[in-house]
This record gives sequence, structure tokens and C-alpha cells, in this order.
Amino acid sequence: MLSRVAERIYWLARYLERTENMARLVNTYHFLLLDLPRGAQVGWKTLPIITGGQEIFAEHYLRHDERNTVKFLLADAFNPGSLANSIAWARENCRTSREELPGQAWEQINELHLFVTHQVMDALARRGRFDFLTGVIHSCQQLTGLLHGVMSRGHAYEFVSLGRYLERADMTSRVIDIGTQTHPLSYRSQEEAANIDVHVWTSILRALNAYQMYRKDRRLAVNDADVAAYLLHDGNFPRSIRHCLDQVEVCFGNLPLRGNMLKRSRVARQDLDQIKPAELDGAALHQRLDTLQMGISEIHDGIRETWFTG
Amino acid sequence: MAIDWNLYDPKGGFDELIHSPGTPRPPASNLTNWLRSLSEEEIQMRKLDAELAIIDKGVTFTVYSDGENIDRAWPFDIIPRVLSLSEWRGVEAGLKQRLKALNLFIDDLYLDQKVLDDGVVPKELIANSKGFRQECVGIRPAHGVWAHVCGSDLARDADGTLYVLEDNLRVPSGVSYMIENREVTKRILPELFENNTILPVDDYPDRLLEMLRSISPAPGPRHQVAVLTPGIYNSAYFEHAFLARGMGAQLVEGADLRVDSDDCVYMKTIQGMTRVDVIYRRVDDLFLDPEVFNPHSLLGVPGLMRAWRKGKVALANAPGCGVADDKVIYSYVPDIIRYYLGEEPLLPNVPTYRCYDQEDRDRVLACLETMVVKPANESGGYGMLVGPQSTAREREEFARLLRANPRNYIGQPALRLSTAPTLCDGSLEPRHLDLRPFILQGRDIHVTAGGLTRVAMKRGSLVVNSSQGGGSKDTWVVDCENA
Repeated sequence: MLSRVAERIYWLARYLERTENMARLVNTYHFLLLDLPRGAQVGWKTLPIITGGQEIFAEHYLRHDERNTVKFLLADAFNPGSLANSIAWARENCRTSREELPGQAWEQINELHLFVTHQVMDALARRGRFDFLTGVIHSCQQLTGLLHGVMSRGHAYEFVSLGRYLERADMTSRVIDIGTQTHPLSYRSQEEAANIDVHVWTSILRALNAYQMYRKDRRLAVNDADVAAYLLHDGNFPRSIRHCLDQVEVCFGNLPLRGNMLKRSRVARQDLDQIKPAELDGAALHQRLDTLQMGISEIHDGIRETWFTG
Repeated sequence: MAIDWNLYDPKGGFDELIHSPGTPRPPASNLTNWLRSLSEEEIQMRKLDAELAIIDKGVTFTVYSDGENIDRAWPFDIIPRVLSLSEWRGVEAGLKQRLKALNLFIDDLYLDQKVLDDGVVPKELIANSKGFRQECVGIRPAHGVWAHVCGSDLARDADGTLYVLEDNLRVPSGVSYMIENREVTKRILPELFENNTILPVDDYPDRLLEMLRSISPAPGPRHQVAVLTPGIYNSAYFEHAFLARGMGAQLVEGADLRVDSDDCVYMKTIQGMTRVDVIYRRVDDLFLDPEVFNPHSLLGVPGLMRAWRKGKVALANAPGCGVADDKVIYSYVPDIIRYYLGEEPLLPNVPTYRCYDQEDRDRVLACLETMVVKPANESGGYGMLVGPQSTAREREEFARLLRANPRNYIGQPALRLSTAPTLCDGSLEPRHLDLRPFILQGRDIHVTAGGLTRVAMKRGSLVVNSSQGGGSKDTWVVDCENA
């Protein structure tokens, strides 16, 4: 397979995953904020930060209010990470790699792109938001299912998996980071702080579709260290970072000329293994998550050098 | 209300299906009889089926408009255009004769230029030619063939004669639509294929691959073939992808290829650098190699001309073959055929006035309103004047252009293009059309069975180009003797 085509397939999968993750994140956050008491410290400000867009946000907006933030995350063309941009890029990458993908994939991405283009403004008001976001999530899942069910397990499929799991690992680490960003220090009582904490970590689970699986698996009340550990280390849960990095390694094993890529992913795995949320406070966990994200981005650089540009 | 062929009137022009109101031409009689058995609703249903099939299959072409590229569904009319096999055998022979002669001509131009010394074609025409590439002089491509893929445009005049309008030798497109048109017709009018012996067209990708393999410099049986596309924003990208897929070849862009110090061409794959033997390039000459031609080209491959010159890679079509795709040279093709093959041309040219010639120019200027004036080196129907449909102002403008640069223009008496019944707002009306068959030459020579029929969808219009509102039809070559 041509390197250029491999690269486009990889990015197609990343942007598709990013589209779904962004929809999920905004949706969950929307419900979280409805549940919190007025004046709680947790606010919309957090989302541009964890998605890495706070500087661009600050260039365009003064106020971190709901409308600005949601518009920034879903619709704004100047935000490279906005949902509308992600699906547009997924479509562009699909356009130029159609020979390697099932024919329906192009049609469905095209449809999703049209849906987002025409409806994204409906999601700015609270009333239309849920319908829009669940619509996007369903379409993304349909596409993921299509690729999984129809594509031959050859090199093209490995690049789909690589893109998907690397993007997912990155997003999971960012979503966990929401928990470290919301320090419940300034609340009126310990009780209120703990209460808010439960809401926040429950939302984190929901944002990753992990709530039900966590409950079944852990049979514990929701608590910050347990949730973080589950999302980091539980290899059976498909959105955990552990699972994602495992899958990335499987892909490397199936690809030619892999060089030292297995070594590189091992480094990130070791960083991951050493994170023990029960022993860390919010700031320390944030630090470790940061390092982990850098490790993930190094794996990405390695993939690029090994198969795309090198 | 079913179709009443008595009401369909080609108005004295030549119609491809109907001889005169109520009387079909023999090869089309099965088709017209069957169409008459359908109700109006049924015909509308089939038309909708065709539109859906085209959208489903994603058959598109790209138009550049308002600074944006738009993918449009391919415009298709469900009523096929029919030719008899006996007529087609003659056309086929004429097209083969023509391309053979053109290739001998190009080969001669880049080697000895005997044709110029013998005064068959004036020297200064080549000296002033936009398509002649000094860089190609002395190169000997396999089998002496330069133009491997040719799309010749044919048109029928009111008296029934088929003329060659032009030979597209650079990067002719449309063949994928010929195949898709047939696919769609088979889906929506399957009944017709039971009672008619219609020559198939879907072997084209195999024939193309066979031709490309026949010019490969690699000795073994395995040849790596690639289709070089300018990329997704090119109007024919659909076709590039279609042909690559059909041949099982790689669809590459310039940036995927590299010429190494051994002068061989390699493509970058996830398994490393892989040697490429044959490139079917759909990129214009001047963008092929920034080391030799346009230094700012991002579409090409630095060193590609070097690799070609050294025989390490085959290029189809060969750079420089556009010298024969010039409408002034076109006017010499009958002489070129006589000169190289010692035969009389089997297919006539449209009478052509060369505007660089004082006498011819005066004649064109004197009767612009009956002439079609074409620039020598454009394609896609751009920059031409269709006299009978022009305004006085347009004619003045063209007279000025023509005087300023006579070498760049030719004039031809406007043909009264033949028509075929075309579905327009629920009824059948005559619409003008032409035909583009495709000819492949490598070791052997092959002509498609029929070709792409392009039809002007506007009443009375003679402009068939899809970029300018033209449509298309499936083209049947019907074997009446073995029906």
C-alpha cells in the first residue's frame, strides 16, 4: 500500500474517533452542569483546556460561557479540533483513500458530514443539543461497525485501528484530566465538595461510555481514584488507555518494517503502569497524565516517520 | 400515454434512431419498438432508477465554479444511441489507420523530420507548435508509439457522413463514463439485452492494462503499473481512480514517486520503495517533471524525464505527443495518412480552413456566422466560436482574436450534428450529439466498441461538453446479422 494512502486512512480513523469523542464529551458535560449546584467551580472553561484549545479560544472569545464554548467545540471553523472540522477532515481523507475502503464508508461519511454542516447550529441552544450529539455519536458508531465488519484484515485495516486506538487513548487521558481540573477547594463544606466530586467522576465515566461497565466490574461506589485506575488500567474495557495501547501494539506486530515501534510503545506502557491514582493528588495525577499524552504523541511521530514520510 | 414515434420529428436532420417520423433505422428498431410498449410512468420510473444508480455508484465529475470544486452527478440520458456493427467495422478500421499514421508522424518528428523535409507538413508549423517538446528529440519509445491512448471525436453531418472532428492525444478522458453508462443501462433496461446482440464495453480496463504491459521495459512477466493523477481536485479524478481500480494498478500522485540515482522510478509504500515500470500519466506534459518543464510544478516527479529517456520507465502517453493534438496539424492528417501508409483515409476530416493562410483566413472572416472557429490548442470546448449561434459582438471579438494570432485558429463550416431521441421533461425530443471512441496502441491496436456519446441537452445547442451542460448516452454497437 502507498504510504500516502496509509497516512490518509490513519487520519480518517483518528478524525472519526475524534468526532465521536467530542460529541460524547460535550453531551456529558452538558448534563453534568445541569446537575451541579449554582456557583460550583466546575465550568465550561475546562473543556477548551482539556481539548488543548484554550489559546485559540482566548483569541476569539472573552467570556467562557456556555454558548461560546459549545460553539467553539462543535462549530467554529477556526478551532482545528472542532467537531465540524474533524468530520470535514475525516471526509477529505476518505475521499482520497476510497480504493482501500468499503464503498459504503464514503457514502456514510458524506452523509454525516452533510448532517453536521446543516444541523450543527441547532446544538448551540440547549434544546437541540442532545438530538444533534446523539445523532453524531450513532453515525460514528455505525461507521466504526462498518469498517470492523467489512474490511479485510490487511494493512489498511491495521492503519484504521492504529488511528482509532491512538486517538482514543489520547482522549481518554484528557477526559480523566477533567477530574484533576476541578479542585473542590472553595466549596462551603467537605460534604458539598465530595458530592460534586461524585458528579464529576460519574460524568467522566459517562463521557467514555464506561459507567455501566465500571459498575458491573468494580461493584464500588464512584470514587475518584477507582475511576481513574479503571480508565487507565482495565485492559478489558475498550476505551481504557491500557486496552488502546495493547491494540496499538498488536497493529505494530502486523505491519512490515516496524523498526523500533514496539520499543516506543513499550515506553508509553511503562509510564502508564506507574500511574497509581490512589497515591496521587490532583496536581500529581495531572502531571502524570501530561507525560502519558506526550508518550502517545511520540508514538504518533514514530508511526509517521516509520510508514508515512521516512 | 406511450411514446408515439409518429410525433417524433428530426426535422430533416440526421437522426441516429429514427429515419423519418414513424420509421426507425433498422439497428434501432428493437429498441424503439420496446420503448413504445412502455407507459409514460414506466419511462419516468426507469429514468429515476438511473439517477439513483448513478448517485449510488458515486459516478461524478468535478466542476470548478465560484472558487470551489463541486462533485456533480454524471448527467445521463436513458435512451441509448445505436450504431450497426457493419458501419462500426468501417469506423474502427478508419480509427486504427488514423492513430497508426499519427504515431508514425510523431515518431518521425522527434527523429528525422522526413515529413517536413518532404514538404508534407510545413516546417514553421512545428517550429511554432505549442505541443512540440525539444526535450523529446531522439527518444525511442517502445514500438515507436507515442500516443498510446487516443480519444477521437466523431460527428455525423446531415447527410449521414461521420467525420473526425479532432484527435485528443494528450490526456483524453471519458472512457470510465462509457463503461458506467453501460452498467447503468444494464441495470435499468435489462429486457433489451435479451433480444439484441450488443457488443460489450467493460473489457476496457483489461485492454488498457494489456497495452501498458506491452510497453513495459521490465523483462519479467510482472510489471508494476501506476496511474499518475494530479489529485483529487482534478475534474477527471473519478476516472483516474476508476481505471486504477479496474486494472488493479496503484493510483499515485507525484509526491508518491521518486527517481533514484539509478534513474529508476520508485513509489513509496509502507513496505519501502517499490519499483514502477509503467506510468499511465494523467498529468499534463508541462507538469510532469519540474527538472525539465515547469519548475514550480508540484504535480510531477523530479527526474521522471531522465528515467524515461534512459528507458527505465514507460510513460503513456509519451511526453511530446501533443504535437499532433493541434487543430492545424489536424487539417494535415489526411496527407499524413497518405504519406506514411500509402492509403486513402477511411474516415474524412471536416473541411478545415487554416487561418495562418491569407486566403483561408479571408474566407473564414467573410462567413463567420456559418463557421465554427476553434483555437488550435484548447480542449473542453473552451474558447471557440459556434458561428450559427453567435451574436454579432462575439463574431467581432473573434475576428479580432483571429487576426491577432492566425496560427492559433482554424475555421470549419458548422456541421449540422446528428440527433437522437432524448428524454426532456417527460417527452422525447431530438438533441444533437457526437461520439468519442477510444483507441489504444501499444504492441497491438484496439478500438472500443462504440465510445462515449455526449449530447447537448439544450434544444438546438451544439455544445456537448459536460463542463458546459452536456449529457451522455450509452452507445450500442448492435450486431444485426446475429440478432
